[in-house]
Amino acid sequence: MDLPRKLEILADAAKYDASCASSGAARKDSRGSSGIGSTGGAGICHSYTPDGRCISLLKVLLTNACLYDCHYCINRRSSNVVRARFTPEEVVRLTLDFYKRNYIEGLFLSSGIVRSADHTMEQVVEVARSLREDHQFRGYIHLKTIPEASPALIALAGRYADRISINIELPSQQSLNQLAPEKNLARTELAMGHIREKIEERHSEKRSPEAPKPPPFATGQSTQMLVGADASTDAVLLGCATKLYTEHRLRRVYYSAFSPIPQPSSVLPLKAPPLIREHRLYQADWLLRFYGFHVEEIASPETPNLELALDPKLSWALRNRHLFPIDLNKASREWLLRVPGLGVRNVERLLAARRHARLRLADLLKLRLQLKKLLPFILTADHHPAKLGLDSDSLRARFLPPPEQLQLALDPTPIPPAGDLRSVRSGEL
Amino acid sequence: MRTVVLEPRFEAWRTAARQLLSEGVPPDALLWSEDARETSLFDGAAGAPRTDPAKTLRVPSAFLRMAESACAHTDPRRWAVLYRVLWRLTRGGEPALLSNPTDDAVRQVQDWCKAVGRDVHKMHAFVRFRLVGRHAETDREQFVAWFEPTYRIERLAAPFFQKRFTGMDWSILTPFECAHWDGHRLHFTPGVPRTSAPDGDSLDALWRTYYRSIFNPARVKVAAMQSEMPKKYWKNLPEADLIRPLLIESPQRVQTMLESPESAPQPAPHNAYLARLRAANASPSPAPPPPSPSA
Repeated sequence: MDLPRKLEILADAAKYDASCASSGAARKDSRGSSGIGSTGGAGICHSYTPDGRCISLLKVLLTNACLYDCHYCINRRSSNVVRARFTPEEVVRLTLDFYKRNYIEGLFLSSGIVRSADHTMEQVVEVARSLREDHQFRGYIHLKTIPEASPALIALAGRYADRISINIELPSQQSLNQLAPEKNLARTELAMGHIREKIEERHSEKRSPEAPKPPPFATGQSTQMLVGADASTDAVLLGCATKLYTEHRLRRVYYSAFSPIPQPSSVLPLKAPPLIREHRLYQADWLLRFYGFHVEEIASPETPNLELALDPKLSWALRNRHLFPIDLNKASREWLLRVPGLGVRNVERLLAARRHARLRLADLLKLRLQLKKLLPFILTADHHPAKLGLDSDSLRARFLPPPEQLQLALDPTPIPPAGDLRSVRSGEL
Repeated sequence: MRTVVLEPRFEAWRTAARQLLSEGVPPDALLWSEDARETSLFDGAAGAPRTDPAKTLRVPSAFLRMAESACAHTDPRRWAVLYRVLWRLTRGGEPALLSNPTDDAVRQVQDWCKAVGRDVHKMHAFVRFRLVGRHAETDREQFVAWFEPTYRIERLAAPFFQKRFTGMDWSILTPFECAHWDGHRLHFTPGVPRTSAPDGDSLDALWRTYYRSIFNPARVKVAAMQSEMPKKYWKNLPEADLIRPLLIESPQRVQTMLESPESAPQPAPHNAYLARLRAANASPSPAPPPPSPSA
């Protein structure tokens, strides 16, 4: 089989993994070396495919042959998909060639499980070792790890990688038993716990300056959960994510809508991917991590699934109208973060602006806030929402999406009009 | 009223602004111009500046970073607006001005910085290097890229490429200014026409194969793609002409998947590792990891 055909099969096999991050790595670059590569700061998306996803990393499997029989996966052993296998040298060459042309930020390598967890992990680690040691590659490397691999191999993977991950796939053992019988939640969490220890050992700031620095290790771990393959509610998914963030300090939990695959399994019938649900889960995940919300507030035992029609913060606010309006001139950061239509950066801007003057509606316009969304929920020096606003039954209806989806503006950064010549030259605005 | 005629770059603005500020010239007494045909009263005064050394004015370093970035924009108002902000920060007695996001001038400068920052980011993302050969003496691989930035960001964007692609020789050609790296020195030359750059690279075919294969036809989101990769960049991206055909064939590909026959689970193959895994899964939790195969 020639290289283009292998690439076709092994990229196709890898595309159901949603993770694409190339950010959060330690700062390093190729200055002073004969190699190439740099990481640190925000990652770069080098292209976008028409599914709206970015291409940041060369995302491939080493092989799509697999011993496991996970029914949501195109590569499960019962699938009749064509199998292929890269040699480690082929992946190394592809990564370097793509990187030199600035197509990618680095490599995201995963693999079907062949022979045993350790055998598979050894091959994956060999690719990363060769890139780092034989070619002085300093670009981003994300390695998918197998929880059953020996701790020594996971340590080695972490040594070469910027990020490592283990996919949890489904949030309960019950679902795994049904759809991924070889997988075990407890073992996955055990491995995540070990990885957390390694990460903290290496990157802890509390270590005394005299103590020897532990060996290099990735700066973070992430995971992926499938959405819509089993019956788990959003409350269960978000509860699982919260546990992973707090107990194992994951950097990211990716939610991947179960998408039709060629070669479907009779155990798991295909359906359209629940893309809006996936989107709402990401929004909710953000509320948990950056806005101080708790899972029970967003998805409670009584209403365990997120509303699809409204974003989860707006949905929460409409259920908790008695807490509003919020005075933008007085409220704490914590409360400002709970106002629908205010993001983290705008909250910081409001806090800065109100140190200079009392906030008025004109200031909100200057900050380009979405007034339509904000007005019912806020007070400013010159705005008190009408009584009718918050109590009205029609408030909810106001926020429901119009029947047709609006297209996003293409490129919202036009050059501002230059104004008259005098303003141009004197700088009066 | 004085007219300041300047070469449109940050360094020229900084020199002029420093001088004018030390002379105490208020912004209302100035007109700024990039048009070299105008007489510059500033040039005439430069010989004998009435500087007041006792009044060395401190400027927040954040402002200098902002000014450098804003100067790369093409809005002709930037020189004058930046001087007004500088004046207010120093002589105007508003040292905390930059922390007020609702001030019109601050907001305007921030908007310019944001547009320039986005352009730099897109240049880092969408430059495509093409292999053109090897250096006769050093044997280093040599690459050339063509890029069309929206603003004058070549010098802001180049250091990133130097740090990332230290081990190869490269040139990034643009219509405005070109950047070159030879392993020792980053330098710049005037802009060139597009015909000076190579059209493709032998690796493009493999890259296009990857692009086609990583796309999932079951989740088409064109608006999301275009907001991050606007059409103006497409003509210089070797993968972009695949977008249309991929979109056209997507519905059929999804339909084929939905109609394809489901396959029943196959019995597990004989494999020692799998057998141990199954035994571990059957034992009461928490399940220990299975022993490694050959240990």
